[in-house]
Amino acid sequence: MKITGAQAIMKCLKEQNVRVIFGFPGGAVIDLYDEIMRNEELTHVLVRHEQAAVHAADAYARVIGDVGVALVTSGPGATNTVTGIASAYLDSIPMVVFTGQVPTALIGNDAFQEVDIVGITRPCTKHNYLVKDPNELVATIREAFHIARTGRPGPVLIDLPKDVVAAKITFPEEKPIKMRTYRPTYEPHPGQIEKACQAMLAAKKPVLYVGGGVIAANANEEVTELARKLSIPVTMTLMGLGGFPGTDNLSMGMLGMHGTYYANMAVAECDLLIAVGARFDDRVTGRIDAFAPEAEIIHIDIDPSSISKNVEVDIPIVADCRHAVAAMNSWFNRSKEFNADKTAKKHEPWLEKIRGWKSKHPLGYVEETDVIKPQFVVQKLHELTGGDAIITTEVGQNQMWAAQFYHFNKPRAFMTSGGLGVMGYGFPAAIGAQMAAPDRVVIDIAGDGSIQMNIQELATARQYHCPVKIAILNNNYLGMVRQWQELFYDKRYSSTTLDVAPDFVALAQAYGAVGLRATKPSEVEPVIREALATDNLVIMDFVISREEGVYPMVPAGKATTEMLLV
Amino acid sequence: MKHTISVLLQNKPGVLSRVTGLFSGRGFNIESLAVNRTLDPEVSCLTLVTAGPESIIEQITKQLHKLIDVIKVTDMSEIECVEREMVLIRVKAVDATRAEVLRVIDIFRGKVVDVSPKSYAIELTGNDEKIQAVIDILKPIGIQEIVRTGTIAMARAKKTA
Repeated sequence: MKITGAQAIMKCLKEQNVRVIFGFPGGAVIDLYDEIMRNEELTHVLVRHEQAAVHAADAYARVIGDVGVALVTSGPGATNTVTGIASAYLDSIPMVVFTGQVPTALIGNDAFQEVDIVGITRPCTKHNYLVKDPNELVATIREAFHIARTGRPGPVLIDLPKDVVAAKITFPEEKPIKMRTYRPTYEPHPGQIEKACQAMLAAKKPVLYVGGGVIAANANEEVTELARKLSIPVTMTLMGLGGFPGTDNLSMGMLGMHGTYYANMAVAECDLLIAVGARFDDRVTGRIDAFAPEAEIIHIDIDPSSISKNVEVDIPIVADCRHAVAAMNSWFNRSKEFNADKTAKKHEPWLEKIRGWKSKHPLGYVEETDVIKPQFVVQKLHELTGGDAIITTEVGQNQMWAAQFYHFNKPRAFMTSGGLGVMGYGFPAAIGAQMAAPDRVVIDIAGDGSIQMNIQELATARQYHCPVKIAILNNNYLGMVRQWQELFYDKRYSSTTLDVAPDFVALAQAYGAVGLRATKPSEVEPVIREALATDNLVIMDFVISREEGVYPMVPAGKATTEMLLV
Repeated sequence: MKHTISVLLQNKPGVLSRVTGLFSGRGFNIESLAVNRTLDPEVSCLTLVTAGPESIIEQITKQLHKLIDVIKVTDMSEIECVEREMVLIRVKAVDATRAEVLRVIDIFRGKVVDVSPKSYAIELTGNDEKIQAVIDILKPIGIQEIVRTGTIAMARAKKTA
């Protein structure tokens, strides 16, 4: 029996276990939307701007640990997805984006709402396809999901000409995917594991450096086991937060530009750096020749091109993080040379030194009684949610304060645009996260600048009953750029003062949401309590200390030990 | 240092732009590029010459490997191989230099493929050094136009049974 391309796509989505998609219709995808209306097993979330569909699919993917899906029309629908796709690419988020395209006969004609989206997204997708032959449609979709979720995950785009979606085809049976050119390496080389474990046995001052790959690979338990077994202090990248319990004694919090003093000092002095699913980003390393200068470096990554890209690695291990760290754990369990108590004793002077750094310069801020400190708001959010909320962020100061002061104990609870740094990510991401976890508290920690970049999604959140809590840290500035201008540009606040701003409380009410405001520290807790008690969408407008900065801070191009402190 | 890299890839639309886009996007340079089908019509062979420190060459090969449509990447500079390029050169050939040009072409085992009263077009194959040598010698006589195919390379077979 023949079915249409659109019907085949619905069958593919079911086959891939997709229950929620985020999208926005248009002329080139009307046939698909006609099927979506009939499809009772699929929830389609109608966003108000296509960029939001992709960010929502991104966060949805992070929460469920599988592929997120977005669907948009051709031309502007497709180009509006580019920021979201680029963000997902840099953060290695599994995603499939379907874009409509003009009929195959018109491709290349500058037709209405035609754009070469495959060409545009080539450098920011893991792979992409233009389906020209309807008989290739199903195989292409299956391959796209396979590529998105395996190896180093990433976004895959499928461009669907209107006539391909309308064509009649026979739905082929599902077969195991065999690709001639794509076979990611999951299992670590035993010889490299042996070398790495010997290096760990010999180290006196080791540091575990945990990145987003640990979360992508669900390796948090294995990493925690390894750290505790060998008493190794742990630092996490922005993307790695939650990959190791943030409140654990061995946790040093985040490292890098706005990392903790003790994490950066520990990396600078360590004799062995064990990087797990991290990629030595410039925001982590600072001046590259001063990064971990004393250390032998072990690097576990499923993507060989991440290894020795920025920093020369001594012991590379190409593998899935979970498989590799599990192999290390079992090596130590078998080893006759290894003794947990002896290792703990050997590392004690090192841990003592780190405790010294921590007590000298703990993560903190100057408390005040008359103005609200943003860090205080994040601490209160942590306290009143029991540290159990899903936190999304926008980008800038709000993002860094969230990363520093909400001590994530579990993975898949922190969604942020880490690599691309997209202002406007947090709110649509919160909607995506809430759709994936309807029973969790989801909070978007936002700035007054970045929340306005996708503020139109208030309607989406209301329509799909997403009781997201938006916490705006409102300083009436584009705060992070202002901080750089304060420190490095003689306080010339060029275009960073937001002279006209909406009344966020009234704005919330205009959308039928709840708007709350706090202007004094004493009002912070009652506002958060009220927000958490309501089952509606809430905007909390926290009017904060205007020129508060994010510290510690490593100025761009400096060594990570050259931190500006509180 | 110069490296000749041989890439086997799926013969699909857009594959070449995936490779060239990778080079421009990451700031790697391409000195020459040659691409055509192999015996298997589904597979193309792309040969490119690039230059850079070892760390960049390592990134280039890794990033090429990462492209979904790439089957195999070989750095030919690391193995024994034959490298060849073809060049067409139009060189000024008036009465005083006509014989001299022919002598030079003969020495380099080139051949004349087009003749006019004032010029010869010559065809020549060789490795990069040989072609550069011909160009250096013909330049004073007067090169009017030059077209090069880009280097292609093939690994040498094992000499022992």
